[in-house]
Amino acid sequence: MANTTAFDQVPSGKKPTPFITWQRFVVYSVLGVCALFFLLPLYIMVITSLKSIQEIQGGNIFVPTMSPSFDAWEKAWNSACTGLYCEGIKVGFWNSVKITGPSTVVSIAVASVTGYSLANWPFKMSEFYFTVLLLGSFIPYVVMLYPLVIITRWMGIYSTLPAVVFVHTIFGLPILTLLFRNYFASLPQELFKAARVDGAGYWGIFFRVFVPMSVPIFTVAVILQITGIWNDFLFGVIYAGPTNYPMTVQLNNIVNSAMGGKAYNVDMAATILTGLVPLTIYFVSGKYFVRGIAAGAVKG
Amino acid sequence: MHSVSVQSLTLKFGAAEVLKNLNLDVAEGEFIVLLGPSGCGKSTLLNCIAGLLELSEGQIHIKGKNVTWAEPSERGIGMVFQSYALYPQMTVRGNLSFGLKIAGMAKDEIEKRVQRASEILQIGPLLDRKPGALSGGQRQRVAIGRALVRDVDVFLFDEPLSNLDAKLRSELRVELKRLHNRLKNTMVYVTHDQIEALTLADRIAVMRGGIIQQLAAPQEIYNRPSNLFVAGFIGSPSMNFMHGKTVDGGTAFETAGTTLSLSGYEGGAVGARDKAILGLRPEHLEMVDAPIPGKTIPAMVEIDEPMGADSLVWLKVGDVPVSVRVPVENRPEHGKSVHLKVDISKASVFDAVSEQRI
Amino acid sequence: MDRPNPFFRNKWSKAASLPMMLIVWVVFVCGTIWTVLFSFTNIKILPLFTPQQWMDGFVGFANYTRLFKTDRWMSCPGITKILTEDWEFKCAGALPNMVTYAVFSIVISVSLGFLLAVMMDQKIRAEGVFRTIYLYPFALSFVVTGHVWAWIMSPEYGLQHSIRQLGWESFTFDWIADRQMVMYAIVIAGIWQGTGFVMALMLAGLRGIDEDIWKAAKVDGIPAWRTYLQIVLPMMKPVLVTTFVIVTSGAVRIYDLVVATTDGGPGISSDVPSRYIYQNFSANLGQSLAASTVLLVTMAIVLIPWIRMEFGKKSQA
Repeated sequence: MANTTAFDQVPSGKKPTPFITWQRFVVYSVLGVCALFFLLPLYIMVITSLKSIQEIQGGNIFVPTMSPSFDAWEKAWNSACTGLYCEGIKVGFWNSVKITGPSTVVSIAVASVTGYSLANWPFKMSEFYFTVLLLGSFIPYVVMLYPLVIITRWMGIYSTLPAVVFVHTIFGLPILTLLFRNYFASLPQELFKAARVDGAGYWGIFFRVFVPMSVPIFTVAVILQITGIWNDFLFGVIYAGPTNYPMTVQLNNIVNSAMGGKAYNVDMAATILTGLVPLTIYFVSGKYFVRGIAAGAVKG
Repeated sequence: MHSVSVQSLTLKFGAAEVLKNLNLDVAEGEFIVLLGPSGCGKSTLLNCIAGLLELSEGQIHIKGKNVTWAEPSERGIGMVFQSYALYPQMTVRGNLSFGLKIAGMAKDEIEKRVQRASEILQIGPLLDRKPGALSGGQRQRVAIGRALVRDVDVFLFDEPLSNLDAKLRSELRVELKRLHNRLKNTMVYVTHDQIEALTLADRIAVMRGGIIQQLAAPQEIYNRPSNLFVAGFIGSPSMNFMHGKTVDGGTAFETAGTTLSLSGYEGGAVGARDKAILGLRPEHLEMVDAPIPGKTIPAMVEIDEPMGADSLVWLKVGDVPVSVRVPVENRPEHGKSVHLKVDISKASVFDAVSEQRI
Repeated sequence: MDRPNPFFRNKWSKAASLPMMLIVWVVFVCGTIWTVLFSFTNIKILPLFTPQQWMDGFVGFANYTRLFKTDRWMSCPGITKILTEDWEFKCAGALPNMVTYAVFSIVISVSLGFLLAVMMDQKIRAEGVFRTIYLYPFALSFVVTGHVWAWIMSPEYGLQHSIRQLGWESFTFDWIADRQMVMYAIVIAGIWQGTGFVMALMLAGLRGIDEDIWKAAKVDGIPAWRTYLQIVLPMMKPVLVTTFVIVTSGAVRIYDLVVATTDGGPGISSDVPSRYIYQNFSANLGQSLAASTVLLVTMAIVLIPWIRMEFGKKSQA
């Protein structure tokens, strides 16, 4: 090619690019500034909880303490006052465990079977139920709060642990059913047909074919429910009864029952302790958490 | 002057070399097909030509201009994608004119070009519809139209027919050929479908592992594949391969205890080789009842597959399965011993080590 | 062999779905209807479910008229002077507070979330780290979020105090204690918690777009920002509608965040409907139910675009 010589001044090989272009600079600046905004509260929460109350009153909210101490954490856990009692937030922690465990198990058990029925064994009006369930998930909770008080009273469980488990099962049902229905519908239908031809029935297919294949979606559901139920405030306050108040309610009581000046360090320690369980789950299970929250946005 | 000229192009993704020191010159008005199995680098090469991938080394010239670092829109190319990639919220008219509007072209010029494209592709009645309301074939026509309105010399096609069903695919194939005859543009076309390649191309570049294995006219590639890979990839059913060695100073080929004379082989003298492979297309074999010394090889009929116009008979030569194309009325009995007459002038001999054609 | 009774077809499927059916009928359908029906009565004590009770307590729209005359629910002093010179649009009360919160949190978290998603889509390094940082607040309880931000924004020892201490004496950031601004303080806490979620949805939407579209736009010579705004954003309409509905339904429900951040204060200037309704359950049940019904209707209006999208496309196909 004789006439290319004129263009050979353009070097071949990697395009000479500066180390960082201004577009890259803008991108990383925006991302970095936003990251700081999102990290700031976590940082302040932690350093405040390690300060003494004198340091808080005299010092700066951004400056970490020179002599960190876990006294506030100890106090928040063991002896902070939640209204009448001064037994710390550990009471709430154990209440939350008692609420979250059964609620997670029951709601997932009901929803996985329901999702399986809707996806693989449709019956008359099953699509109608699914639609109402989906629309129901958008009904403001307050609309159903009082009817549920009546229902749980009538069942004789109002203001007890079973009542709050019952309510969490109800309000977890739409999103979990959606999650399981879409997942089971995405499994190859040939598998379901093959199992039926092999003579497996409703429960046989569910337990021996589908459940073993569905560990990821059960993991997603468990994470979704544990974080969701642990973080609940409203249902705990209304249905659990004072002796069973979950950690979020106790935290609120600790912060609001300030006697003789606010103990910000204790408040922040209690706040961290309350957030610790969902945060740990979040950091350990990043991808599954994202899948869970995104499931609500994708309808099959 | 070449229309598209790729010079010693290398592309690396990290440590992996996806394209290796690749050269390709496309003449003005030529229809070049890049053919190969998935992962061979054919789409990657096309994206490099389009400027959608930055190459690691080498240069690309389009119409004599070095466009190695030019933006895709400045290269004088139009591109058609497998998934059509139409803008779903715009009408067909909007899809065709959007790029021109961005480029700041005058309204009546845009209108003229859209009219011309819609005439050529017969999509006039569809202009005010949205892509969602079109069939697959119509969408692909609009996608071609989007390249057409750019009034460029080089069209790039990235597996444009792969998403269509078989019938539509063959219809559009004919239409593409008609379009090329009419417009006489340079076209670079990527596909994994050898029928498309054989029917459309002026020249085919068969690729594997980021390297062009052979670049030649379709008949040349079919009749004289340059190596074992090309021979096996092109043709359906594939070429029969018989392993053996050359004897008598390279004038004969010995396989499965039979010797075949190589006199008449168009590749000329093959020389003495301990390991060689004889490649024979199914239509270059003939079933006969009696052996002819040096020209036939004994075989046993296993099954036959009637295919309408002709029939494909599968036989065993020793342990090696061999297919032969025969007229449909010549269906043989199963288990019958026959002799296969070899048309050695159409055969290919490969060196078993280098895998190159001799 | 006789044809089996259709009632027993899929019997296990029906049996296993029984809890779901009961919940749908008893809680979602009957519960909602009960709330709407009894919002037209003046019942005070726990009612049973008899039509007689409903008829005895029937008061028509009285609860609604009283509700909208209650300042704590809504007061718009300027609106009575409509069509006059000194007309002004300024409302206070639980319902307007919710609207303020909804509008600002949607606009800010959706635009910021989209911006972040676009930035994250630029083949950046350490994408996982950034995503983890943006999304962790969403794993926290509103109560936790509320208390942290209440502490940061407290004028006494928080941000304002600290900046002043650094030498900027006139710096003022006391929204949380300002009756006019307190809702915006809550908006800050809300977007801190929710933007990462919006970003994750948007990013999933961006990643779901056919890569060939980007290539086609490049060949067409369309600048990246125009591709985002004119091609990609319209293609993300389903994601946008879903995000809008989810964020709005969260805003309509807002309760814990307000309780934790301000507990409705200062005074009742950051009261929201759910809090109002909950606090009136014992003293003023009829009005509470009327307020619940108002929220229900609001939510139904918000849902219309989503319903049209989800159920409209089925009938089209």
